[in-house]
Formats: sequence, structure tokens, C-alpha cells
Amino acid sequence: MSISRKDVEHVALLSRLEISEKEAGVYAKQLSEILSYMEKINELETSNIEPTAHVLPLNNVFREDKVEQSLAREEALKNTPDTEQGHVKVPKIV
Amino acid sequence: MNFEAVIGLEVHAELKTKSKIFCSCTTRFGGEPNTHICPVCLGLPGSLPVINRRAIEYAIKAALALNCKIAPHSKFDRKNYYYPDLPKNYQISQYDLPLALDGYLEIELNGKTKRVRITRLHLEEDAGKLIHGGASISRADYSLVDYNRTGVPLIEIVSEPDMNSPEEARAYLDQLKAILQYTEVSDCKMQEGSLRCDANVSIRPRGSAELGTKTELKNMNSFKALQKALEYEIERQTEVLEENGTIIQETRTWDEREGVTLPLRSKEEAHDYRYFPEPDLVPLSIDRKRVEEIRAGLPELPQARKKRLIEDFKLPEYDAKVLTLSKHMAEYFDSCVKETGDAKLVSNWLMGDFSRLLNSRGMEVEDSPVPPKEMAFLLKLIKTNKISGKIGKKVLEEMFETGKGAQTIIRDKGMEQISDEKTLIPIIEKVLEVNAKTVEDYRKGKERALGFLVGQVMKKTKGKANPELVNKLLKDRL
Repeated sequence: MSISRKDVEHVALLSRLEISEKEAGVYAKQLSEILSYMEKINELETSNIEPTAHVLPLNNVFREDKVEQSLAREEALKNTPDTEQGHVKVPKIV
Repeated sequence: MNFEAVIGLEVHAELKTKSKIFCSCTTRFGGEPNTHICPVCLGLPGSLPVINRRAIEYAIKAALALNCKIAPHSKFDRKNYYYPDLPKNYQISQYDLPLALDGYLEIELNGKTKRVRITRLHLEEDAGKLIHGGASISRADYSLVDYNRTGVPLIEIVSEPDMNSPEEARAYLDQLKAILQYTEVSDCKMQEGSLRCDANVSIRPRGSAELGTKTELKNMNSFKALQKALEYEIERQTEVLEENGTIIQETRTWDEREGVTLPLRSKEEAHDYRYFPEPDLVPLSIDRKRVEEIRAGLPELPQARKKRLIEDFKLPEYDAKVLTLSKHMAEYFDSCVKETGDAKLVSNWLMGDFSRLLNSRGMEVEDSPVPPKEMAFLLKLIKTNKISGKIGKKVLEEMFETGKGAQTIIRDKGMEQISDEKTLIPIIEKVLEVNAKTVEDYRKGKERALGFLVGQVMKKTKGKANPELVNKLLKDRL
């Protein structure tokens, strides 16, 4: 499995990561190596094994539908760089 | 060329649990901005989501009412996207193992029944609300975010492209809303955003089996908007094809004010969501026994109720349909019929003046300032000729306006019907005297003259005279 420089740039954009051209090359090589290594797993016979959705041997962990106290607004917005009238203020979206 | 539309709908409905899907914040609508939030719905480091049991149960209930198969195994996935409506930068949703698959519902249009298949029903969390500081999102300098809605449980219901007209799409949404309301899993208030609808629409030459290129329509905030947006979009696509153009696959937004659909800028849309299983939640294994219990507990659904109204009360199909599309309306109808014993009278009033007064106030049946008991009382007065239908309309309007009971309004305004011969006879005699010419016309065989005389008596009594009695007394004297 090979990851191209273009794949890296695409994923970086989707993740809003800024990477230099040099880094794109480095990551492409490293990611390709990691994926090739992981391909080894494909050699295992798994046709009779159910897919694993989670590593813990647990399912159906629920909470009851009960309302509890939310955060105070000042507390909730404490780390927000900019607010206006109790809202989070964000820069132009598109 | 003759084209046919192909429409599929994606509907989101908020479940009316008390708390959010993965945390204990309230789901209550409104509230001061950013006061219903906590570390979990804000995605603060170290916080962990835990599934609300009732959200799963409600989703199963909705899925069963929509004839879906409930998956034995299901799980949540992360849908990754960067948009400020979710503070985590991902939405917890379901991807390849949705809770339910393969359902359908039936719509009725012009006396024909059509089955619309449902592809899947899955659970996810709602996102926050954005307010743009400008005329539109692209013209805004900044946006304000309220995260109160973040994490409210949503079900997404995806239909197959089985609808072929805006009317069918509307009928599907009507029926879906009714079913979700009857099962009491969602309020389905489009004006509060607890029911939202996107549409996929394409056109193809009539008779062709191939699907054309589709566009996705968003931002339709009412039933009317859905229908209008679809009508516009079908016409737009038809024009493009007739001029030998090509349809571009894109997302378009409905501009209510201009009455047009407009392309959304592609930056808003990254269909590369890189789904992966949500590591913070363990999978679901659905207990078959519990599913059967929920199935057994399903209430009577709109179509069954409609059938019952037709059979029990001999109501016309149309009346039965209108009265059962809202559960609250159906219940309102039932209580009024119980009190008055006159289904047709109740049906006429509920579909007529009652609905008109609600609509003009933008109200739903459940918000009616006139409780069913009061409505029934008014209808009984009309039925027993204590007041005329015309006066009844005025009284009902007053009841809506003031919240007072019919009895009080009639007494305060002196609106009681005059069914007393002693009061009416002198008035009638006076009318006959003044209109000697009309009397003569009637005697010469001009039947219509009687109507005029009745009208004169009604005028003199400000509409309070019992029309049947006036008729009889007039005829006696002619």
C-alpha cells in the first residue's frame, strides 16, 4: 500500500493541518511503510471471525435519561477566545 | 421531452428524551445561549460520552412503526468535519451498522396508495446553532454559535428515491411526521427545527429506468417550503436539460425569500468524512425480546386510526385523513365526539373554523387556547339550536381571542339564539308589513323572495333568530 504526497496533502487539508512540502514527502513515506507493515495482517484467515467493533469485551453500556446540572455559562465559555452576547464568536466560515 | 422527477428524502427528527444522547444536559428548546452544555457535549479533553438508554428505545420504536428491521448489532461512528456547529470537530453518528434498515411507509394521494421504501434509520447527535453576522453566510463577517442543541438525540431517516412529484414528497413527510408523533418519540415541530428535511432530486425522461444526476436540497423549513423548493428545482433541471445542458451534482440551498434554489459554495461541503468506529462508546447488541416488547407496545398508527374514523363515524375519507395526520387533532376530535355525539358536526368545525383560527396564529392543536371540552360545549349549543352556526363562528373567535368559555361570551354579548315565538312574531310581522312588495312576489310563486324575508328578520335580530323557526313562522303567514 502506498500513500502519495497528494494523499497526504488531501488529508492534511481535511484535518486543517499546515504542513510543508518537505513534511508531505516524509509523511508519505512513513505512512506507506506503516500501512505496508499492517498489510501483513491481511494474510490471516478471518472469514469465520466476526469483525471487532471495539477492543473492550463489552456492549450496551447505558445511562438513564436523567437531566443533571449543566456548566455555568461563564465556566463553559472561559476558554473561548471571543464571545458576544453569550455566544461563541467565530471568524467568517465561508 | 416529457420528464419525470425522482425524489428521495432525508429527514432528521429530534427525539424527545429529557437529556441529551451522550450526556445529562437538558434537551429543552431555547434557553439562554450556551447554558445547556457540559464537558461532554463540548468535547473537552478527558470527557467521555455514555449512551442514553431512552434514545435507543425511542429510535427502535420509531423504526418499528416505520416497518424497519432492527439490526442485531449496531455501533456508533465518528463523522469528521471541521465546522463550528460542533465543538468536537466530529459528529457521533452511525455509518455502516445503522440501528435499523429496510422499512417503508404508505402514502395516499388522489385515492391511490403508494409504498415508499425506507433505506435506513440511524441515531446521531444534533449540532449547534449558527447565527451569521450578515445577510447570508457568505456575506457574514463572523458567526455566533449557541451549543445548546449540540448532543440532542436525532434520528435520520433516509428514503429510497421512490417519490415522483413534490406532492408525493409532501405526503411522505406528512405521514412520517404523523407516525413519529403518534409513537411519541418526537414533537416534530418544523418551526422549532425538531423536524428537518433534505431532498435528493433528479429528473429523467418518462419511462426511463436510469437515474439522472441529482442535486441535494437543504434549508427547507416548512412543508410548504419543501414543496415549493422541489417544484422550483424540477423546473430548473428540466430547463437545463431542454437547453442541452448538464446537471451538476451539488448541494443547493432553498432561498425562501427569493423562491429559488442556489448552489452552496463547495467549501461548505466536504463529503470526505473519514468515518471510523467511535472508540469512546462500546457497541450495541439489541435484545430481541425487548424489541418485541416495544413492538407490542406500539400505539394505533395514523392509517389505522383513519380507517377507524371512516368505519365508526362514516366520515368521508378526506375528513378522516386530515383529522388523523396529527395525533393531537385526532384526540381532540375524539373527545369532542364523545361529548356531542355528532362526528360530522365536529369534523366540519375542526377542519374549518378551528383549523383556520389555529393557522392564523401559527399554532398547533396542542397549543389551542380552547380545550376540547369547551369546543364540545359550543358545538352542543349549535346542535340544539341555542345559537346559530354564524353566531357560533363569532363565539369561537372570541374564545380564541380571550380564552373565555362559550357560555360566558354568549351571556356577556347577548348572543343567545332567539327561539321564542313571542319575541319573533312581532318582528316578523313588522318585516312583512314593510316588505309588502316582496310578499306579493312570493305569493305569485317567486320562491326566492322567502330568502330575502328571512334575511331581513335575521338582520333585525342581529343574526340571533333561529332560522328554522323564522322560516316556519314566515311560511305560516304567507
